[in-house]
Amino acid sequence: MRYVPLFALSILAAFFLSAHVAGAALPEPREFVLSNGMKVLLVEVPKAPVATVQVWYKVGSRNEVMGRAGLSHMLEHMMFKGTAKYPKGTFDRLIRKNGGISNAFTSQDFTSYFENLAADRVELALELEADRMQGLSLDAKEFQPEREVVKEERRLRTEDDPQSSLVEVLFAQAFMSHPYHWPIIGWFSDLDAMTLEDLQRHYDTYYSPNNATLVIVGDIKVDALLPTIKRLFEPIPRGPNPPPVTVTEPEQRGERRFVLKREAQVPFVILGYRVPNYTSQDSYALDILESILQHGKSSRLYRSLMYEQKLVLAVGAEYGLMQADPGLFYVYALVKPSQKVEAVEEALTREIKRLQAEPPTEQELQRAKNQIEAAYIFQQDSNFRHAMLLGEAETIGAGWRKVGQFLDRIRAVTAKDVQRVARQYLIEDARTVGTLIPLPPRNQHPAPTSAQQLEQ
Amino acid sequence: MSVGPDSRGGFFANDVGLRRAAARLCALFMLGLVALTVCPPQTGASDLNPIRFVTPNGLTVLFLEQHYLPIVEVHALVKVGSAQDPPDKAGLANLVASLLDEGTTTRSSKQIAEQIDFVGGSLEAKASEDFTTASARVLKKDADLGFSLLADILIRPAFPKQEFERVRTQILGEIVSDNDDPGQVALKAFHRLVFHGHPYRWPVNGTEETVSKITLADVQTFFTKEYLPNQTILAIVGDLTQDQAASLVQTHFGSWKRGSPPLRTTRKPAPVERKTVHLIEKDLTQSTIILGHAGISRTNPDYYAVTVMNHILGAGGFASRLMDSIRDKQGLAYGIMSHFDARLMPGAFMVNLQTRSEATNQAIAGVLNEIKTLRESPVSDQELADAKAFLVGSFPLRLDSTAKLAQVLAQVEFYGLGLDYFMQYPKWIEKVTKDDVLRVAKQYLDPQHYVLVVVGDQAKAKVRQ
Repeated sequence: MRYVPLFALSILAAFFLSAHVAGAALPEPREFVLSNGMKVLLVEVPKAPVATVQVWYKVGSRNEVMGRAGLSHMLEHMMFKGTAKYPKGTFDRLIRKNGGISNAFTSQDFTSYFENLAADRVELALELEADRMQGLSLDAKEFQPEREVVKEERRLRTEDDPQSSLVEVLFAQAFMSHPYHWPIIGWFSDLDAMTLEDLQRHYDTYYSPNNATLVIVGDIKVDALLPTIKRLFEPIPRGPNPPPVTVTEPEQRGERRFVLKREAQVPFVILGYRVPNYTSQDSYALDILESILQHGKSSRLYRSLMYEQKLVLAVGAEYGLMQADPGLFYVYALVKPSQKVEAVEEALTREIKRLQAEPPTEQELQRAKNQIEAAYIFQQDSNFRHAMLLGEAETIGAGWRKVGQFLDRIRAVTAKDVQRVARQYLIEDARTVGTLIPLPPRNQHPAPTSAQQLEQ
Repeated sequence: MSVGPDSRGGFFANDVGLRRAAARLCALFMLGLVALTVCPPQTGASDLNPIRFVTPNGLTVLFLEQHYLPIVEVHALVKVGSAQDPPDKAGLANLVASLLDEGTTTRSSKQIAEQIDFVGGSLEAKASEDFTTASARVLKKDADLGFSLLADILIRPAFPKQEFERVRTQILGEIVSDNDDPGQVALKAFHRLVFHGHPYRWPVNGTEETVSKITLADVQTFFTKEYLPNQTILAIVGDLTQDQAASLVQTHFGSWKRGSPPLRTTRKPAPVERKTVHLIEKDLTQSTIILGHAGISRTNPDYYAVTVMNHILGAGGFASRLMDSIRDKQGLAYGIMSHFDARLMPGAFMVNLQTRSEATNQAIAGVLNEIKTLRESPVSDQELADAKAFLVGSFPLRLDSTAKLAQVLAQVEFYGLGLDYFMQYPKWIEKVTKDDVLRVAKQYLDPQHYVLVVVGDQAKAKVRQ
């Protein structure tokens, strides 16, 4: 889902603006906790006759151990391989013949499954999700080819993509002991080492109602749907309490630098700063700071590096405060041919230093807040994204209610706050800098014969 | 351009493990699949009652009132795209579109950016093969500003010299950077071969050679000739009344001067007469493979039968034969899809996938085998029923945001599908029979005469010629 806008975080922030935006608010979710501990969040949105059903499990690459990186994601793939009741192939076929779309995604902090479909088919999705929460058939014959599929996925997403490769190394360098160190999809050798027993243990440990949140947003009636949800999910017994992740990454004392060399067309540079997550008051100012740096053509990075200095093909910043553990604030740039990667890194650093030296203007601050507010309303257009916001907030431990205060805090951020967090966190000693150095092609491309000949 | 570490760290973004949607595959898919986004409602269709009117200067307006959220989406479609680029100046339509918001006679580039950013809105313009779109998305309270900015960039762009030089250099850089995406490299080569001598042969953003030749005068001439109200469709969706919408259109677009749109001719690409293999060397672990030939136009009466047939072959995700065979049974690819890229003129048919270098021949053989099988015997009753149920039943999901609605409305008008299209589509899909599927498979799929492009490590791939 790389095509999803990068400023999604600001959207999350904005989601809780409801009290301030007259006439624009969707109803708050209604929350229920089933007798087995499963949390249920339901939102009635009668705009169109569709709904999204999402089941969120509190497990991601964060819950893995060294040598088995990628286990959560591998299990996600296996979740489509069938149960005793719905054998292999049935799940997809049933959803699709009912006009629905089903998929799943895994992150550092969570694994989520969803069905987008006509609102009158919600029960089908619930039936299938309840069934595979307990009855997954893990079969060696299915596991072998699926492992190959995941390796193809890794080649596609990371191995053969210069920029993704750089990001992978960035995390491996910035986190030494915390599991954010390894990629969500895992290393090749870990994928090879994985066994069916590993998958079964992971499933038994994390896939239980008390470790899950069900979110439904769409043209539903809560009172009519709740008995169905109880009928389908309450018989699933509560599972063990999954082991907590106890690792905390030690403080970083001094800049880390690395270089990645591979065949590529243009250099790429990324600076990752260690920052707090949503549990810190400072996360709100960092969120505003991100918007000032990267949101729109009037943002600082675009204005300076793209428009004025003409150094880069693309430039951006990203901060994910909705993480279970503290993560990275990063800025990055794709270097224009003929420009020097060192000059681009300097230009990025200069923009950070500018924010440290003087606070943003009142207009910049207001613009960032307006962008967050507008994004809040725009995002309500999509049931899927609305449900994702609730599911993630709940799954990472923030809870959708607590985040309700988020917007007021965003509104309270001052220009001085932005300057203060820039000075405190975006410092050389707490950053990791990665540079992609393109190598020339190993072989010259064969002359593009056929194409050119045909053209003449 | 998809750039940057957006596959990690962000809110939606750290879903590196998304099971099915291979990003590059989607990018390929999006490049041409304009017509397939025009898929109509089964349920909810009766709620869609857009109104259509033509203003005195010839602007066609479609308006759909939606009061659910305080949002206004204004989407303009100008009937000119890269297919009208002069052959030696491919990329001209794209360059013109890229310059629209880089300064007008009333606002500088910087002012435009500041005005739209300050209200948290968005303003975008881009060219595709058959048309160019420009759209504004704002909150209701900013509707007047949204219309004002969109009209300004469509009617009064100033094309300042310095912005022209900057943007052109930027596009040239992006063309170089595209070479880091094997999917782009493969698609460009594939189009050059399938559309040889045809207006669809170049990428929308042109090539290094052709973009270097474009002058500021070319841009101005192209704009003056093509950007006319009577060559434009304006789709408006959102929280406005009909009177408000009409008044905003009159205020902001009323003074736009009608002109004489250039005459268009449409052509079919020449058939691929012999199997053509094109190998591109790159130091990669996977081969990126595109296999295909010429396809159909959006207005071809067989469009619906082809849609059902293609769904069963490889457009139907996990329900498709290609996915079942190449991914699920053989574990050869993360994603595989087939497309009929139905445009104003016949577009391409293609299958694309990525597989580890050593498995290249096995994957290609698997694809050809599925194409042959589909031509040789009828699909099963269940496959047909499931495909039709999905195509008809998934409609409401395709119109679930104001932006999508506005795009679809504009394209329904552009392809002349008629405003009753939303009611008709399910009927047309339902009518498709097993015989139709077999007939169009024989007519529009060819496992003998095709173009095969493979990007990757050729020493390991050892493609059989």
